[in-house]
Amino acid sequence: MAEPKDARGLLCPEPLLIAKKEMERLVRGTFQVLVDTAAAMENISRLAGSLKWEVSVEQQGDEFLLTLKR
Amino acid sequence: MVLLNKKAVIILAGAVIGVTALILVRMGNPPNMGFCIACFLRDLTGGLGLQRSDTLQYIRPEIPGLVLGAFLASLFTREYRPLGGSSPLIRFVLAFFTMTGMLVFLGCPLRMLLRMAGGDLNALVGLFGLVAGVVLGIAFLRKGFSLGRATVLNRSNLYIFPAAAAALMVLLLARPAYFFFSQQGPASLHAPVYVSLAAGVLAGILAQRSRLCFVGGIRDFIIFRDLYLLYGFAAIFLTVLAGNLILGNFKIGFTGQPIAHSDGLWNFLGMALAGYGSVFLGGCPLRQLVSAAEGNTDSAVTVLGLAAGAAFAHNFGIAASAKGVPAEGKAAVLVGFAVIFLIALLNCKLALKKGVQAGGRTEGCAGSSVS
Repeated sequence: MAEPKDARGLLCPEPLLIAKKEMERLVRGTFQVLVDTAAAMENISRLAGSLKWEVSVEQQGDEFLLTLKR
Repeated sequence: MVLLNKKAVIILAGAVIGVTALILVRMGNPPNMGFCIACFLRDLTGGLGLQRSDTLQYIRPEIPGLVLGAFLASLFTREYRPLGGSSPLIRFVLAFFTMTGMLVFLGCPLRMLLRMAGGDLNALVGLFGLVAGVVLGIAFLRKGFSLGRATVLNRSNLYIFPAAAAALMVLLLARPAYFFFSQQGPASLHAPVYVSLAAGVLAGILAQRSRLCFVGGIRDFIIFRDLYLLYGFAAIFLTVLAGNLILGNFKIGFTGQPIAHSDGLWNFLGMALAGYGSVFLGGCPLRQLVSAAEGNTDSAVTVLGLAAGAAFAHNFGIAASAKGVPAEGKAAVLVGFAVIFLIALLNCKLALKKGVQAGGRTEGCAGSSVS
């Protein structure tokens, strides 16, 4: 799999826009986003839900690695 | 994730904050001002003598309470992060003019909602302005606007903001002679200190848990038709509306509304400026307080920018009053639009492509690194 998209250190809504852009680019497939706040993790999870992407979250220390699939 | 539970959390948070706002007004806070982050920061700057409007000086305990509540919640959930370095000075300037806009309208997005729930139709005009400002800001976000990445800082950064809030509370209780406390006007109207403090702590905990944000709500709806944050919005509005109807405080109309003016154009433009600036800051003043309490020092600088904006607005006759919007206020809003527009241009991918750099990034804005 490609490197995760790095959205660490970015404040809302930038992590969201990064994820959204990737979803629109891929249409189908799998990609990962790395974020470092719970708010960004929740936001992207909600976005994924509303655009019918499956999402799984793995906590890595202070960071969250989200895997999005469709 | 437990999104269903989250929805319940934000509706509960909104309803509880709504009830708290009603109680605060009942116990002494100004009408339609149970909570107002902009107004309370302004009163706080007055209490510290940073602006000398003798009707707007009081250390509102709701503000330090909110910060302490959010800080405790973030400690408990381990969501605190000492972060910083995402264009702090630009954030200060954005916040400064965001506050200018809010004080020309007379309220932050939270008070706008409380005013609407009291029947103040001027606040509805403000809502249209806020939405227009957010839409304008999102256009720049889509073009790649970014203030750059924050980095993780030394843990000691985490404690400064909550410590300042605690110090303010201690000073308020000690009431030293060099603090200013209004004897008349809006700031003389307040609930008992402990009630305000408790209300602030409760609201801080709930806002931290639910990520309640009014600008974020409008933004997320526009970007991906997400209603999550707007549920909180709706819960506050409906709770306070019901409370006002029961208590007989509901009075619909444009004129004679408490601590409000009916200059529609400037209600619209003031809130539009607030929305425009807040989108770039990543949230409304309430969200900034919570985020600062969680350790985000960029949000802490934003709060300082809001406070500075309030102090300037009242020292230089920019802020509106029930009498209307002064010429200085109108000029300041126009200057604010010009400054924020320039900041927006300079921090977009388009500008970055032409050689302007921000935040040490060379590849452009967040958007460009994934395209």
